[in-house]
Amino acid sequence: MNLIKNTLFPFLTISSLYFASAALAETPEQKGLAIAREVDTRDLGFGDSTADITMALRDQHGNERTRKMRNRTMEVAGDGDKSIIIFDNPGDVKGTAFLSFTHKTGSDDQWLFLPALKRIKKISSSNKAGAFMNSEFAFEDISSQEVEKYTYRYLRDETFEGTPVFVNESDPVDPKSGYSKLEVSIDKARYIPLKIDFYDRGERLKKTLILSDYTQYLEKYWRAHTWSMKNHQTGKSTVLTMDNWNFANGFTDKDFNKNSLSRIK
Amino acid sequence: MKPLTSWARAAVVALPFFSFSTAAGEVKAYIGAEGRYFFNEPLSSAQEEHSTSLSANIEFFHDYDNDEQRIAITAFGRADSVDNNRTHLDLREAYWWKGFDQFEVYLGLRKIFWGVTESVHLVDIINQKDVLENIDGEQKLGQGMLQLVSQRDWGLLELFVMPHFREQQFPGEKARLRSPLAIAEQAIYQSDKGDQHVDFAVSWNHYFGVFDMSLSHFSGTNRNPLFIPSTQEGNEQAFQQTDTVLQALYQQIHQTGLTVQATAAEWLWKLEAISIEEQHYGRNSAAVAGLEYTLFTLFNSNADLGLIAEYQFDDRTGIRETFAQNDLALGLRWAFNDIDGSELLAIASHDFDYHTQFVSLELGRRITDDWRIEAEARFFVADNPEAPSYALRQDDYIQLELRRYF
Repeated sequence: MNLIKNTLFPFLTISSLYFASAALAETPEQKGLAIAREVDTRDLGFGDSTADITMALRDQHGNERTRKMRNRTMEVAGDGDKSIIIFDNPGDVKGTAFLSFTHKTGSDDQWLFLPALKRIKKISSSNKAGAFMNSEFAFEDISSQEVEKYTYRYLRDETFEGTPVFVNESDPVDPKSGYSKLEVSIDKARYIPLKIDFYDRGERLKKTLILSDYTQYLEKYWRAHTWSMKNHQTGKSTVLTMDNWNFANGFTDKDFNKNSLSRIK
Repeated sequence: MKPLTSWARAAVVALPFFSFSTAAGEVKAYIGAEGRYFFNEPLSSAQEEHSTSLSANIEFFHDYDNDEQRIAITAFGRADSVDNNRTHLDLREAYWWKGFDQFEVYLGLRKIFWGVTESVHLVDIINQKDVLENIDGEQKLGQGMLQLVSQRDWGLLELFVMPHFREQQFPGEKARLRSPLAIAEQAIYQSDKGDQHVDFAVSWNHYFGVFDMSLSHFSGTNRNPLFIPSTQEGNEQAFQQTDTVLQALYQQIHQTGLTVQATAAEWLWKLEAISIEEQHYGRNSAAVAGLEYTLFTLFNSNADLGLIAEYQFDDRTGIRETFAQNDLALGLRWAFNDIDGSELLAIASHDFDYHTQFVSLELGRRITDDWRIEAEARFFVADNPEAPSYALRQDDYIQLELRRYF
């Protein structure tokens, strides 16, 4: 789970040739891929970051529960990010921590620290379609996914709430994904996602994510402070708020291993 | 109330000397109320039928020196309606930590877990088990140590020096889930240094692709005692009018442990193995191996269902024989992933040598974000007088615990 990157698209080391091909793209597939790569490239080099997360879970009757977490993320050159999430509530899970190494190819590595037993468990990362903390976010919605894990197709230009956007289709390559496709509305000027429609395996619209309250950090990197996910099939929704962003924390690999996980508070 | 060990007392006395100049640390706590209901009459008329108890756990930590130093304290206590021995207080943790450039140091009382399997914990040896709390061995007494930790490119290396030893504490005469014979207050030690023997341990932990591995070695006082029948005069601990009691004997051992877990998609393959050398007995080995397969998002719900199978082997015999010497354990782990975090863990095991069975059910969920209820039931099917679990044959129980978190 990598909540820090505000984009659903990963890093890719890309040569200037790709920029050229983006401009000259002829097929919708080529243009879609070029847009995805540009989104990715613009977020390269953020280094590391921390943020406080509040997740409001609302059911169809309007009942609400709040979950609090903290996140630390470090960019890894040539691979997916390393991140830790520390859970601050409810009381019985407080202090539980989750370490994740995302990878461009192959399965991610994930470990869970259980504070009552002081036990670290390596866990399966196959649960892509499962709900994160009983929210409307699936694990795959908040993990750092790699360009190679989707195929792309540019659909159309559109305006979303007054902002010109590309609408790009992303089809998950992994059969364990819970989705047949995603339709991503990307701000043409800033190359950041503003809205994502998720379609289930039966091609029905399942969920819509609105990313808003973007702030720019280090004069380059845009981060959405509000992620609002609505499930059209159940009427439930989750609003995830990310505050207190801090960059340039000086994290190293030593801050993201089983030893640091066992010490985390 | 059991007195604190000298180490725990020293830690309490030393605490005020640490500086609290920076921001306040964080506190986490719960209080719990527990009831145990036993389905059958006790074996001895001295034993009470049921029990209730109250417990509390409080944790505190404080980071300072730009988060390069920490002190942490965890205290646990329980008051039990039946068993004076289970009415106990323990400092689970009371340590100082400092991070250096190439290594880290812990000094004080710590709790360490080693292992990967679910049905038995073979390699896990640093701490003494708190068997008064639960027979599953997952509750532990704080262990005093100097621990050095170093993360290298080739893995995590840890060294432990443990200058004292903590004896197991056993249920009293009125309690259930105990041996029919009393256990003498005075334990005996193979080492003439008694509980002051300095134990050493080292472990290496790393991962390669899908494999997480560890190797460990421990030299010192075995955490699990042998029980020697004794008819010494003047043993006031005897449960019955006879003079026979069991005396806990703590041997010196050298134990090497290996853990491997392969995490491949929905499959977890697990192995724990130990080789143990003990004076008068030579070398023995034990292992537990198995798998856990998870059906994620079962029937398109949020729930995950894990299927567990583990085989347990141990070639120690006679008074050293363990419960897990030739047994198969099968289990289900049902995580509902609902708003209240409901979960169920059911494990049933069969002993191929004694043809006995053991069943354990654990069920838990939150009531609100601050309240949690847990139920635990255990059944001992053992009509073979030779079987290690024969002493518990009347002690099937169900336990309910309500906890309030702060």
